[in-house]
Amino acid sequence: MNEDRPTVADLPTVADLPTVADDQTAARVDRPARRAPTGAAGSFQPRIVGFLCNWCSYAGADLAGTSRTPYAASVRVIRVMCSARIDPTFVLKALAEGADGVLICGCHPGDCHYSEGNYKTMRRYPLLKRMLADLGIEDARVRLEWVSASEGQRFADLVDDMTQRLRALGPSRIKTALATDHAER
Amino acid sequence: MGGRKLQIALYWGAGCGGCDVAVLDTNEFILDVAALADIRLWPIAVDGKYRDVEEMADGELDLTLFNGAVRNSENEHIARLLRRKSRLLVAFGSCAHMGGIPGLANLATKEEIYDRAYLHNPSIEPGNTTVPLAQTSVNGYSLELPRFYQRVFKLDDVVDVDYYLPGCPPAADQVRAVLEVIVSGVLPPKGSVVGAGDRGLCDECTRTKAEKKIKEFRRPWQIMADPEACLLEQGILCAGPATRSGCGARCPTSSIPCRGCYGPMPGVVDQGAKLLSAVTSVIDSKDPDEIDAILAGLPDFTGYAYRFSLPASLLQRSVRS
Repeated sequence: MNEDRPTVADLPTVADLPTVADDQTAARVDRPARRAPTGAAGSFQPRIVGFLCNWCSYAGADLAGTSRTPYAASVRVIRVMCSARIDPTFVLKALAEGADGVLICGCHPGDCHYSEGNYKTMRRYPLLKRMLADLGIEDARVRLEWVSASEGQRFADLVDDMTQRLRALGPSRIKTALATDHAER
Repeated sequence: MGGRKLQIALYWGAGCGGCDVAVLDTNEFILDVAALADIRLWPIAVDGKYRDVEEMADGELDLTLFNGAVRNSENEHIARLLRRKSRLLVAFGSCAHMGGIPGLANLATKEEIYDRAYLHNPSIEPGNTTVPLAQTSVNGYSLELPRFYQRVFKLDDVVDVDYYLPGCPPAADQVRAVLEVIVSGVLPPKGSVVGAGDRGLCDECTRTKAEKKIKEFRRPWQIMADPEACLLEQGILCAGPATRSGCGARCPTSSIPCRGCYGPMPGVVDQGAKLLSAVTSVIDSKDPDEIDAILAGLPDFTGYAYRFSLPASLLQRSVRS
């Protein structure tokens, strides 16, 4: 279709996002005990697209940063004004473009800056998960968590945990599977 | 077009024949078409062989209306052939446009489909092991069948498409309008969706819309739907909020919820994701358990949301291995 309006296809892809080489990653992790999630050279480093709401979760991730809390350098954060802004299309787009996981974070229920936004996310997410399961996407690849502005440590632990689960699961096959379809036709 | 009659072909790939009937549904207008045009190939209605098409010069046809998705190698072969022979190729109907109903097969693998259709189906002879093969040897002769692809493709996955005419099937008045435009020679930009509106179906639907708050989803047969009120507000899943206008909202007007056959609105890539977003955000609950219970009223949401558009969606198919 040749529509004039910009579409999701015009958004930057996961491939466009800056990548962090493993050695840079290691350099940023100053506590050797926490080095494990960032991976030894050659091991699979998942790429997680993180959609974080501006008011709570992004501030929480920022707190993890300013507190120098080490965590796996596997998440590429995209700040959105509210978790309700996260159109399910964004999640599908990230997966189709090769993200190994998608992390959605918003304010805890009751704490939404816009009163009700995170409730919309709460309603969308279970059906999105069902749709993803029908489409063969493994459960661990997409996750919703509530992270407040004071939960820097929780954000760090969350990213570490998701990274470990994705590492156990292995790289996403979606992008290559779709490319192979057309080649094998 | 000068004094020359328009040379046209109509073809069906993986479809049901409903699109061909939609052409006939233009009623007496089809006689005008017959007067203006030579129908060079139309398997459902007139005699014609693939060889006749192969013998045409490239670009000899002015127009091909291709309905149906691309399920097997024959569909693709003829799509490529007609593309070469036609000046204009129109993806006619939901299947050619987005994959359509056959595209729902992308929720299963080829192996699962064969198993269900030929190997373990209650209506076939137990123990059957015969499945269609692209090549079979019988008494020293080699027989060929079209190769069944791993998944369903939309038409523009295999050939360049000039226009998309959505609908399952396209509304007869829209078919007529598009044919008139093509005959006039004043063509819209290549790649346009033609014979449709550029707004949401709800905009065209005459039902009364109030604030949407859904406590319970219900199947259309479970209630006597109010004839005036929005179907979605009555808990009936309706694809209107995620669907392009242009059909005249004939389904909701007849108390049948929209199924989304006109595809997504302009600028939208993934119709299913948009329907998911629209439908779930109006659920009237803040309690995760209650939300789950309400969503249990949508037993096959994925199938509904992508009823016509799975091969055109972002993930295109199930990636289960």
